[in-house]
Amino acid sequence: MLNSFFTTCRQFGFQLELLFDTLGHLPSVWKRRAMIADQLFVGGVQVVHVVLLVGLFAGMILALQTGLYLAQLGQQDQIGTLVALSMAREMGPFITGIILAATAGSALAAELGTMSVSDELAALEVLSVDRVDFLVLPRLVALAIACPLLTVLCDLIGVVGGGLVASAQLSVELELYFKSAIQALQDPGSLIPLPKDVYAGLLKSFVFGILIAVISCSAGMHARGGALGVGQATRQAVRDSIIAIIVSNYFLTWLLYQN
Amino acid sequence: MDAQGDHRTATADSAPARSGADDRQKDHEGDREVVIRFDKVSKRFGSKVVLDKLDLVVYRGETLVLMGPSGTGKSVTLRHVIGLMKADSGRVTVQGHDMATISRKDLAELRRHMGYLFQDSALINWLNVRDNVALPLRENTDLSEAEILERVEQKLELVHLPGILEKMPSELSGGMRKRVGLARALITDPKLILYDEPNAGLDPEISASINQLIRDVRTQLDITSVVISHLVSCVKTVADRVVLLEEGKVVLEGPRDEFLASDHPRLVRFLGDSKD
Repeated sequence: MLNSFFTTCRQFGFQLELLFDTLGHLPSVWKRRAMIADQLFVGGVQVVHVVLLVGLFAGMILALQTGLYLAQLGQQDQIGTLVALSMAREMGPFITGIILAATAGSALAAELGTMSVSDELAALEVLSVDRVDFLVLPRLVALAIACPLLTVLCDLIGVVGGGLVASAQLSVELELYFKSAIQALQDPGSLIPLPKDVYAGLLKSFVFGILIAVISCSAGMHARGGALGVGQATRQAVRDSIIAIIVSNYFLTWLLYQN
Repeated sequence: MDAQGDHRTATADSAPARSGADDRQKDHEGDREVVIRFDKVSKRFGSKVVLDKLDLVVYRGETLVLMGPSGTGKSVTLRHVIGLMKADSGRVTVQGHDMATISRKDLAELRRHMGYLFQDSALINWLNVRDNVALPLRENTDLSEAEILERVEQKLELVHLPGILEKMPSELSGGMRKRVGLARALITDPKLILYDEPNAGLDPEISASINQLIRDVRTQLDITSVVISHLVSCVKTVADRVVLLEEGKVVLEGPRDEFLASDHPRLVRFLGDSKD
């Protein structure tokens, strides 16, 4: 028990060190642009269909759950507002974060884990190649970019899904639904013409992207002992990323909405 | 030639104080320059002692072959030389640098003059041959792409693998991967190269060609080499001197021909029928 606690502390310490080390390499972003583009494709483009599918059904579930209750109160015209704000504030970033942890995060841990057990990481060190700059920085930057972009997609498709259910099952006119949804996602009076709900959600997903990258890279780089070690690293990366997403989501929500 | 022979007596007296890059002195035994020195080096993993007060020297320009049963500390010895591991006690010095106290910057600089061929080649699996071999130059030098490509092609020709620049590691045979790994190790023109079981997993014909390559590289580039091998054929082709390790200690060492002619019981048992 105590041993496990110390192991967790060590891992957390390494993750923090890796995060700061990677941030210290940010000036190399331009040099690594080709690798960042590759990682954006692997971690972002290749999971778009998953995000679209899950986001669509999440919006449909939201519309159905809230719509049935609002219909009892005669407030169906508010379904659009509710779905749009729920997706932008919580569901979009959360769903995207979980999908990325399970897809890009696990792939990243497995990739670096395989490199670790096959001595490729040692080879980079021997060749005086900075592993953080070469491996971690492109992956972190790519996920930090991909996560908010995918969240926007997830939000939009969720609103569309909600509209389909509102129209087909709850007898709400599509025009009315989308009008209320769009109104909820606009803030014409402010400097950025978006409500806090939207950019707070995007900020969350930006943080989730960084957390997934750091946790997954850390797990992969510490993989030992062949295929078994790679499997353990992958499992650990997904588990810890999901925990980090949920815990950080609470604190970010508290920070962003406490007033 | 026995393990308790004369190189140990020279260690304590001749090892100069080496506290930094500027005041490093060249380490000599007689007229021979010592490139690598292990001075009573111990290393353990948990309860298993892997190196047990190991004393070892490698002289400039020679090819030393480390032999010994599996798990006896040969790869661990090489990893101490390249700075991937640190000794629990004792001192490892490489080209005058104390590996326990060397700074990260000095270690990176030292490694630029060393090559390391990993047992499984350790090619970066998502880079093609050109990018694998070019990697150290791209990361650590200001050479132009044209200059880098010229040097990559030159090294690939040296290892008899021209025209495979675009191939991925997964498309290469075991022998080709070793050669590409060797080209990558040689790309910075190192003065010292370490081979971790270069013959592992290769058939006798390819294995013989790798041995020949190691000898050619040494002859053409005049570099110091340390080779881990279980094969007498490798010893016969590449070695100037041979060391037999067991349980983290030197059991027997000597010039190649004397070593192979030895009737030391441990060597006879280790080599079995393959002595000739």
